[in-house]
Amino acid sequence: MDLDDTPEQAAYRAQVRSWLEEHSSQAPVLQGPDALEDEEQIVAARRAWQGRLAEAGLAGVTWPKEYGGQGLGPIEQVLCNQEIARAKVPGILDAIGIGMLGPTIIAHGAEEQKTRYLGAMLHGDEVWCQMFSEPAAGSDLAAVQTRARLQDDGSWRLSGQKVWTTNAQFASYGLLLARTDADVPKHKGLTMFVVPMDAEGVTIRGLRQISGEAEFNEVFFDDVALDAGAVVGGVGNGWGTALTTLMFERVTIGLGGEGMGYNSTRFAAAIAADEHARRDPEVRHELGEIASELLAVRFTGYRTLTALQKGQIPGPEAGLAKVTIVRGAIKAGDLIADVLGPDALLEDSEWSYMISFLPGLKSAGGTEEILRNTIGERVLGLPPEPRLDKGIPFSELRSKEGAAA
Amino acid sequence: MNLALSDEQVFLREAARGALSRFKTLEAAREALDTDQGALPDLWPMAKEAGWPGLLIDEAHGGAGLDAFDAMLVLGECGRVLAGVALLGHLPATAILDSAPNASEFMADLATGERRAAYLPAQPPTQIEERWSADPARGLERSAVPTAGAPDAEGHVSLSGTFSFVPDAPGANALVGVAIHEGSPVGFAVLSDAAGVEVEPVMRYDSTRSLGHVTLDDARGVLLDAPEEALAGAWYLAQTLIAAESIGSVETALEMSVAYAKERHTFGRAIGSYQAVKHGLTEVLRQLENGRSLLYYAGWARNGAPGEFPLAASAARSVAGRALDEAARTMISVHGGIGATWEHDAPLYFRRAQLSRRLLGGTGLATDRVAGELIAQADAA
Repeated sequence: MDLDDTPEQAAYRAQVRSWLEEHSSQAPVLQGPDALEDEEQIVAARRAWQGRLAEAGLAGVTWPKEYGGQGLGPIEQVLCNQEIARAKVPGILDAIGIGMLGPTIIAHGAEEQKTRYLGAMLHGDEVWCQMFSEPAAGSDLAAVQTRARLQDDGSWRLSGQKVWTTNAQFASYGLLLARTDADVPKHKGLTMFVVPMDAEGVTIRGLRQISGEAEFNEVFFDDVALDAGAVVGGVGNGWGTALTTLMFERVTIGLGGEGMGYNSTRFAAAIAADEHARRDPEVRHELGEIASELLAVRFTGYRTLTALQKGQIPGPEAGLAKVTIVRGAIKAGDLIADVLGPDALLEDSEWSYMISFLPGLKSAGGTEEILRNTIGERVLGLPPEPRLDKGIPFSELRSKEGAAA
Repeated sequence: MNLALSDEQVFLREAARGALSRFKTLEAAREALDTDQGALPDLWPMAKEAGWPGLLIDEAHGGAGLDAFDAMLVLGECGRVLAGVALLGHLPATAILDSAPNASEFMADLATGERRAAYLPAQPPTQIEERWSADPARGLERSAVPTAGAPDAEGHVSLSGTFSFVPDAPGANALVGVAIHEGSPVGFAVLSDAAGVEVEPVMRYDSTRSLGHVTLDDARGVLLDAPEEALAGAWYLAQTLIAAESIGSVETALEMSVAYAKERHTFGRAIGSYQAVKHGLTEVLRQLENGRSLLYYAGWARNGAPGEFPLAASAARSVAGRALDEAARTMISVHGGIGATWEHDAPLYFRRAQLSRRLLGGTGLATDRVAGELIAQADAA
């Protein structure tokens, strides 16, 4: 059992650190008095910075070399993330593209798709977004209704709506899960597509949330034309392709949990700054319970890394780390607001945004309830709940749902 | 970066599971509740055979020279079957003694288990309790540790004080603790049969746990030249060992609950298919995984990052204690009424959970220590 770098890892870390030391002054400034404020400027600066990171081999660390990556393992990815955090510079802008969508295209895409999209994605020339969830398909993702209809010439026409789409407002492309056959059971009639976000008939609207900010978007498709080459992974294979993306999402969460800034050190500092609270037994007890669980998540991440190094794929139990982080952060926000009083809720306080963001985060990337179902079934081996949708053509499901109500 | 168990560690764990499986520890635990612990098997000969008494003793002193994480693997196996093997008392005591050059002549017998030691738990100062303190017989007010005067011509000191609910004190040959000497903490050892040493066996709720109230009344002991870090280290080691033992118990409690949830049917389907039951069991798994991760943290930190050992050990203790309570209560609930009957094993795990959480300072003090360590880190940053 060893948490130290091997000589090879130490050499890699030194190489990354030395590049960052030399170039960090050129990184976009996002905090402090000189911070960029205009969103377009921020996005442009971060795209350019992602390009610099990619040229230096600090983006797409685990991607194969033939697609511009470094062909290294998850450990090097984590070392790289640690050094970027240590240098206090922004990381890549398109974490969703590079972490989840690019690897999906690498796994399932055609050669032309890999050649056309991966390089531009890696360098930040084209940002990507993930268009899976819909207003009526979240936990039950295979219930998507966005419809792609095959035309006589082999092209497709796309209509429907996606929601919770991060980065859609400046993305060039999206990876989209659509229904292509409603007459077969729901997991079977799905297909994955690449959608150009500037195509005619695509409308993007910001979706304001509790904090007042628009973190996400709604995306509408009104008879959008897609050519035959837009299909990723084959017609009717959309569910399998989507599962690959979700697996990479788990890896991302498992390795980057604490990266969200929800860690024991930050929360303890807020309590330590209050002379009375830091000696109050109740406050200390609450802080101790929250912090213990968040500390555990750091080592769960190291366990995940160990498994990845040995060639094992992280299972759904990585989702438990997400549950712990969100629960811990919610409790920490609550405790800090109790200690600071209403000022914790001031618009520009460090905590107000976090307190507003967390209730929604509980449902992001899988609701806590659906994560617990999946883990109960796949990890503990408990039987699934009886389902009313198995083996039934999707087109018949909705009338059945109506009848059951 | 590698948190995988070595082949030797896997072997150690498997061997422990095999050795313990020769005893009907759960049946004995139930029977011992009615027979004042009379029915408990003596597991020390088995521990001797397996080499566990010397786990943490240096190879040069006749031990196995292994680290806390290895000992935690053994304690985890003991926890799985609620086996009382006296390691919770013995191992922290040997950790102090092995770091004291003037105790080296005793180490060979302690390593083979010919002689057994018990650790008198002494909590290092905190931001709230600013002195070294021992667990009280009742209540929240902690006891002072003994004050040692100047050694006599033979190097002996006189020690007076009480240590309550000391794990594995009954039957131990030597007791190892912390006293204050000239304003500083110092390790000491007394022989259990020395004049002025009284060990009163006590049983509380969990028959598998051997405990004793230790009274030192002008007892003659020797001061150990163990470094101060070793005295604090023994407290945190004891926290990690009871955490590992608790996590072992959580494993079995969860396995038994899951097995029952798959086989018991209501309204035409297995109860484990209901979300209410399934989510309760995944909550146990969540706490189990968190506890396991913190065992790795503590096991690594003891030598890998000694400055973090107090934080890691306390966090592990805090999470493991809560996990065992959650697991035991869930185990009873999932089994329905039968889970609350005398004949079922669930109450044995419940009893283990309720007592364990109150020993060695209790999970409450460990949780407070986590906050204290992090506040100190924030001050230093």
